[in-house]
Amino acid sequence: MSTAVITAENLSKRYQRGMAASGLLRDTLALAVKAPHKLFRREQKESFWALKDVSLAVQHGEVLGLIGRNGSGKTTLLKILSRITRPTAGWAEIHGHVGSLLEVGTGFHPELTGRENAYLSGAILGMGKQEITRKFDEIVAFAELEKFIDTPVKHYSSGMYVRLAFAVAAHLEPEILLIDEVLAVGDIRFQKKCLGKMGEVARVGRTVILVTHQLNQIRRLCERVVWLDAGEVRQTGPAADVVSAYETHMSSGFAAADSKVSNSRAEFLRWWAFDEEGNRTHNLHSDEGIRFQFLLRVNKPVLGLYHDIYLYDQDRQLLWGNAIGDVTLEPGLYLCDHSLPFLPLRPGVYTLRATLWDGGEIVADWEGAPGLRLSTLPVAHPRYEKSGQLNIPSKCVIIPEGDSPSPPG
Amino acid sequence: MSSVTSNATAVAPLTERAVTYPVVRIEPARGWFNLRLKELWDYRELLYFFVWRDVKIRYKQTAIGVLWVVIQPLLTMLVANLFFHKLAKIPSPGLPYTVFCFAALVPWMYFSTSLLNATNIVVENQRVITKVFFPRLILPFSAVMSGLVDFAVAFIVLLIFTLSYGIRPTVSVLLLPLFLLLAVLTALGVGLWLSALNALYRDVRYLLPFIIQFWTLASPVYYSSSMVPERYRWLYGLNPMAGVIDGFRWALTGAGHPPSAVLMASTAMVCFIVFGGLLFFNRMEVSIADRV
Repeated sequence: MSTAVITAENLSKRYQRGMAASGLLRDTLALAVKAPHKLFRREQKESFWALKDVSLAVQHGEVLGLIGRNGSGKTTLLKILSRITRPTAGWAEIHGHVGSLLEVGTGFHPELTGRENAYLSGAILGMGKQEITRKFDEIVAFAELEKFIDTPVKHYSSGMYVRLAFAVAAHLEPEILLIDEVLAVGDIRFQKKCLGKMGEVARVGRTVILVTHQLNQIRRLCERVVWLDAGEVRQTGPAADVVSAYETHMSSGFAAADSKVSNSRAEFLRWWAFDEEGNRTHNLHSDEGIRFQFLLRVNKPVLGLYHDIYLYDQDRQLLWGNAIGDVTLEPGLYLCDHSLPFLPLRPGVYTLRATLWDGGEIVADWEGAPGLRLSTLPVAHPRYEKSGQLNIPSKCVIIPEGDSPSPPG
Repeated sequence: MSSVTSNATAVAPLTERAVTYPVVRIEPARGWFNLRLKELWDYRELLYFFVWRDVKIRYKQTAIGVLWVVIQPLLTMLVANLFFHKLAKIPSPGLPYTVFCFAALVPWMYFSTSLLNATNIVVENQRVITKVFFPRLILPFSAVMSGLVDFAVAFIVLLIFTLSYGIRPTVSVLLLPLFLLLAVLTALGVGLWLSALNALYRDVRYLLPFIIQFWTLASPVYYSSSMVPERYRWLYGLNPMAGVIDGFRWALTGAGHPPSAVLMASTAMVCFIVFGGLLFFNRMEVSIADRV
């Protein structure tokens, strides 16, 4: 059965910049004295569209991801759907109770105890008193705060605070849940617990819209993704496709846009990645050959330098590095070409860094972030949290002892 | 006309608990004439929680807690007795000046604190307002309701005080809740206007102490409204607190005349302010989350 529980047609939201934001009567009065005609001319105020003609339909039980760079309108869209703010134009219709989690710890007050805050925050998020009482023990157990529940939260550590806040939020049971980036809280172990809880939420047939910058979360939790760009829908479709397209878009670019250090002697200008067939792409397959090229401009002759390349994952963990020494070049343009037979990494976004060293001194250092995206069928453990970092196509058979398996080819 | 309508329309049951889901339509704001009191009723439990929070926090943050509620009017009464009564010879017809003044200060202090809280409550809750939806009307309502706890404490002291002077309440005491309601509505009505304005212009916060100061002088707290010339009394009654204080004092002690012209003007004025305040607040509410 497919029933759209959220329907939005041409939602648009305009914000006014400048004068309106100052919020002081003084300024309005000053304007009234200086230029009274301006007060009544609305279009004179500088305004911008945070959201423009966004239409979408979300089916019952669907987990929809919203992605896009900062300021692309994701939060504005959530705020409109949760009725925090009104659209300037367009409409939306929502069937069911909406719970919105736009921050962790909404309504918490430091003077109140954990117990009191759980009730207060639960009520603000839309739970009834009886409902909170019924789930209270479960909430406290989830937050692992049994001993401190009657302590004022101002004495909590930030970890305890976040755990309690999320525990309350995780026990919301609206038909529709709007979540903005709140999963990125707490320590890793607690994050996993939250993700597990979210997965449960999705399985019981609740409709969820999820905004996050952590694209792996989107891949894991969402079936369909909407990519917002400058307030407009750029692409809608299955999670894998849209997230890939988004990553490719985000990683294509010139050196100037990324973090770059160089002195006047030499400078990295651009980089490219090629797949096995030699097509230029940012979207690579981990089990195929890969080639990276960096365009280097040498301004003054360099003598006996080192050229390094590093590969980092999203958490800035160094995965791999290589270097060549004795680089001696006359002024001009050069290509630093690196080829790899395969790159057995899990699907995700990785960053490349290229450097040129002169003893202890960096001559040129450039990091393209986010660098490139690897896409491939995950061939590792079916459970994400057990599949690790590498994506090695392995085989496994179970045979009677004595029959030796054929050696790996 | 109404811009956000919720009505229980039956949608095909989506889960095994075959329930009907409310349908909410989200549209740009338009129209002025929607009081949205039904929404407020739907969220009455949250209203209770906001009141509960206010009261809890207020008493947790002070060292002597509830004593403040009593000390404030008592000290003010003693000082007023010295300067206004003993020195300035202001009469207090039918009552000892201390009782006369105290009986006015209890509803007045309820009013001024509630107005102050109501004015600031939207700005103080801006974090919540920008993160969660609930009818914003709850906020000023909760501000004037949480003040009632303080009022109850002060009122008990006032009652003991009055009885200790040998003044026995008459039947008129049954009308006390009515005058209290009028005080609540006045604080609410003005609070609705000021809290919405405060969200748009922070100047209101600085203006408010002056407003309250002037308002004290324009109300029969330290003097009797019978000092106002008869033909201007209806004008004086346009200050709703004049009717509230006169009526409150009369209902408790039986002294003076039952307020008539003043009370009528006050009641009419309160209705006007509350109705206008609701419309204004709801109209402004639309942009409050964008502006605070």
